[in-house]
Amino acid sequence: MQTVKMVVTGPFNAGKTAFIRTVSEINVVSTERKISQEAEKVKETTTVAMDFGRITIDEELVLYLFGTPGQRRFDFMWEILSEGMLGFIVMVDSCKPETFREARSILETFRAYAPTPYIVAANKQDLKDAWDIEDLRIALRLDPQVKLLPCVATDKETVKVVLIELLNQILKELEAKTT
Amino acid sequence: MALKGNLRDFNLTQLFNLIHLARKNGVLHLENTSNKVWLGFRDGKLAYGGIDQEDNSLVAILYRARKINANQYRTIKERASGMSDKELGLLLINAGYLTQQEIIQSIQTYLIQIVQRLFLWTEGTFLFENEAALPSDKILLRINLDNLIMEGSRQLQEYDQLKDEIPSLDIALKFCERPGANVRNLRLSPEEWKVVSYINPKNSLKKIAEAAKLNDLEIRRIAFGLLQAGVVELVKADGFSPKRTINPGIPHTSPGEQVSLIKRIIQRIRSL
Repeated sequence: MQTVKMVVTGPFNAGKTAFIRTVSEINVVSTERKISQEAEKVKETTTVAMDFGRITIDEELVLYLFGTPGQRRFDFMWEILSEGMLGFIVMVDSCKPETFREARSILETFRAYAPTPYIVAANKQDLKDAWDIEDLRIALRLDPQVKLLPCVATDKETVKVVLIELLNQILKELEAKTT
Repeated sequence: MALKGNLRDFNLTQLFNLIHLARKNGVLHLENTSNKVWLGFRDGKLAYGGIDQEDNSLVAILYRARKINANQYRTIKERASGMSDKELGLLLINAGYLTQQEIIQSIQTYLIQIVQRLFLWTEGTFLFENEAALPSDKILLRINLDNLIMEGSRQLQEYDQLKDEIPSLDIALKFCERPGANVRNLRLSPEEWKVVSYINPKNSLKKIAEAAKLNDLEIRRIAFGLLQAGVVELVKADGFSPKRTINPGIPHTSPGEQVSLIKRIIQRIRSL
């Protein structure tokens, strides 16, 4: 059995766990803990080590999805989780400009780890306070060639689009290498 | 969709950068505990603005700019109360009181003063109303934001914030190829010109700081200003290698097999 993996990263409360839950065929193995710091109590729990989801591709191949912890104090896990990844997705909460700087910093950290393809998913685009995709591109200082896709982490169709777009990028790079 | 938040998280220079690069039309509303301010934009340029608690009529602006005296101010207020700013401006030009240039210069000074006051706000909410109509009775200008952005970044003293924006000095700058991005249009200080003269992917910010004799705060502040003004972008410095590189996860098979593997995953995800 062959396994490959992709990493879903992003700031605290960006929707990484929800993203993996939406497409994983197993109940996501989550290392969530109750949030202790008052300032971060926008949700009840947060991922402290990783989230783990699985999609069986066929009898010989399995895709693992790893979600990283969003809080900086668990960033020692990022490097461990990134080892051997096909590519990565940076989730951004489109409604929270206070997390854009952090998202940019996470993106730079992961880009420095490995020259793998990546994509940015602008999550929570269904909410009324969500920033426009093109505004987010400027705020996140993304080059025009970096893919930035609208996403709703709880909606399977948009999650599929994000995953397929990342895979298409991986494919494009492979095909460019072979020609 | 909304473009709203707090200046604490997304400051005015960043907002101006967004409006400038996206060539936005609309009205930006800003509010803190004591003031409410609005700024109108056309094609990413500052067109007009005002402070809610202040008289922002043309006659008040001209009076504050000392283009008219207190008697003239009172007289115009009494006799031309029903006139729009455009009508009043035309009347003053035709009557030979003021030139068009003087009127435009006074409005421009007024708007820049508002922006300068806003740069001191470290806290306050903002809301950008996309495509909101600008007042039709006002004399609308087209003030480029790049120099205002540079000025705003010069006032940034928060080292932590600058460090968040530019975490490492091992990176380099390169000039943007975006149309309209031109450093010649900027009014730069001698230190800023010095930094500009060293911009090259071969020179990390650390090297530039050493050559230009700038400390960490100064080099970060200048780099941030140029970045926000949209004339440069961050790039990895030539010769920079990360502390540790992680192995990408594509299996070590033939290129054909690798392509086939990715296609199988795509097909499966489509079927979910």
